[in-house]
Amino acid sequence: MSTARLALPARGDRRGWLVAPAVVVLLALFVYPFLYGVVISFQPLEGGSIWSNYVHFFTTSTEWGTLWATFKLAAPATLINVGMAVPVAFALRRNSRKQRIVTTLLVVPITLGTVLIADGMLTFYGPVGWFSQFVHGLHLYSDEVRLTHNYWGVLISLVISDFPFVFLLTLSYISGIDPTLAKAAGTLGANAWQQFRLIYLPLLVPGLSMAAALSFVQTFAVFPSAILLGAPAGPTRVISIAAYEAAFEQYDYGLASAIAIVMGFAQLLVVCAIFAFRQAFYTGPATSGKG
Amino acid sequence: MNESFQQLRLDGVGRQYPTASGSTVDALRDLSLDIRRGEFIALLGPSGCGKSTALNCLAGLADLSSGSIWLDDTRIDVLPPERRGFGMVFQNYALFPHMSIRDNVGFGLRMRGVPKQEIAQRVKAALSLVQLEGHESKLPGQLSGGQQQRVAIARAIVIEPPVILMDEPLSNLDAKLRIEMRAEIRRIHRQLERATIYVTHDQDEALSMADRIVVMRAGSVQQVGTPREVYGRPHNLHVARFMGYRNVLSCRVEQQNGDHITVGQQQIRLQGTGIEVPAGTQTVAVAMRPDDFEVAAEAADNVIEATVQQIEFGGRSSLLIVSSPIGELFVRLSGQFQPGDRVRLHIPADRVLAYAEAA
Repeated sequence: MSTARLALPARGDRRGWLVAPAVVVLLALFVYPFLYGVVISFQPLEGGSIWSNYVHFFTTSTEWGTLWATFKLAAPATLINVGMAVPVAFALRRNSRKQRIVTTLLVVPITLGTVLIADGMLTFYGPVGWFSQFVHGLHLYSDEVRLTHNYWGVLISLVISDFPFVFLLTLSYISGIDPTLAKAAGTLGANAWQQFRLIYLPLLVPGLSMAAALSFVQTFAVFPSAILLGAPAGPTRVISIAAYEAAFEQYDYGLASAIAIVMGFAQLLVVCAIFAFRQAFYTGPATSGKG
Repeated sequence: MNESFQQLRLDGVGRQYPTASGSTVDALRDLSLDIRRGEFIALLGPSGCGKSTALNCLAGLADLSSGSIWLDDTRIDVLPPERRGFGMVFQNYALFPHMSIRDNVGFGLRMRGVPKQEIAQRVKAALSLVQLEGHESKLPGQLSGGQQQRVAIARAIVIEPPVILMDEPLSNLDAKLRIEMRAEIRRIHRQLERATIYVTHDQDEALSMADRIVVMRAGSVQQVGTPREVYGRPHNLHVARFMGYRNVLSCRVEQQNGDHITVGQQQIRLQGTGIEVPAGTQTVAVAMRPDDFEVAAEAADNVIEATVQQIEFGGRSSLLIVSSPIGELFVRLSGQFQPGDRVRLHIPADRVLAYAEAA
């Protein structure tokens, strides 16, 4: 968060009212629906305790199981994205023609919608898709290659759609690190790997944890690809599907809201954990002092 | 690397950079230099003259396009920076912001696999050499510019390198600290008895610190000499201008006898010293430092009559801008003057330098 604080306008200074339209929009589009959801989550359809929607969620295995199913997708997807973004961004850290071309190519998936990616993946990774034929053609694997309509399909699509985002964040963090630091480490005897491990990586941790937090929140909210590429009745029945079914198949908005709030809390918990981890590292500017 | 070295030799070192249009530019051309152990060398020149390129070539941070670098009998320009073992102090210090002062200074020793206990001892000794005890646990961001600069020096010297490279290390400090740190760096240099190569654009810094100065311009060496030589007898007009010869005038050659040269313009005649002026040269550029003028005694020769135009007060002496028959001159004199005062200026013949170049 920025450290700047809103100064209170002096009495008689009416410029402060300029913020009013934005406040109204925020209240109408975010705060009101959120509070509305919280309130109706405490109004169970069949009456009873105000907690009964939450009790129902945490005592029904098909419901609370979705938390774990979502986590099993979001956590690996986040780790894979961050893990891949670091070496690629590191290799491209210097601004050059090559960097711009490769960056553009890597960022293309951001412009494709989830549904388009799913469609492409069904063709490419499907049982008779190119990938399967390629693997069989080279005799690398003789059984059926199943990478769609299961856990792997969803994981791959999360990686494809989220990697560009994490990569761009990581690239901006890496280019913010003064390259003279690595040069200085070099003159002091550090080889390329030591320069990366002892200089770049520790300075990157705060940025990477930020990227990981954002990536986790995004992937935890997976919905279309879990249906299109996964097994929405089985291992990829993620929490957003549970909320969707409660709202639009059972018309139980109270339960749906309760599930959505549980989902938000789960995301918040993980983000807090990541930020606590981040605090253990140096988070100041990654430049080399004066100059 | 070899700690008992006797000589660092640069042999025709050059460095070219490709430009956007596909051609190449010479950032550094044909730099040849022998540096003895214990010498303090200053690379002096305006920005873009190639002095930092030369330093980066030495450190291994830039590849050579031509030439070679030798430490005694070992060719080192083919080694990566981490295997040359030179200590380098960067212009922006390049301290590792996430490491304590102790870890910053100990970094080079850690890379060399020195045992922990020995690292602790040597870091302590290095920090005491730069007079920075008691700050071991702080982060670089918690120190002042001058302190950071001393950490950078400690970090470079603790590995006991044969050669210490410094890239304008004082340019980010305020004037007072800069003067103090000059003496400090000289003291450390003497104590270590290694070679120091110091890049600067500040001629005072180079004159006051170096044993020898290498004056550079547009990628090539203009003059190599002791501070006295470079200051008193600049090799060419570029060096002269850079060394503070602010008055450069075009004059007719009246008489020439070896180095002794008589130049004239209007009714003024000046005895001067020709710097490699070929016989038969018609016009020369005459260079004079403001500090070399004095108020003329009654019957002196080499006299210029002038009128004071402007005065810049400077404490013990003031810089006067005077108009004379040979043009406007910058003159530094002690005493009280008013605009409009007439002054008779004298300058010794050995301080009037004539160059066979266009002014």
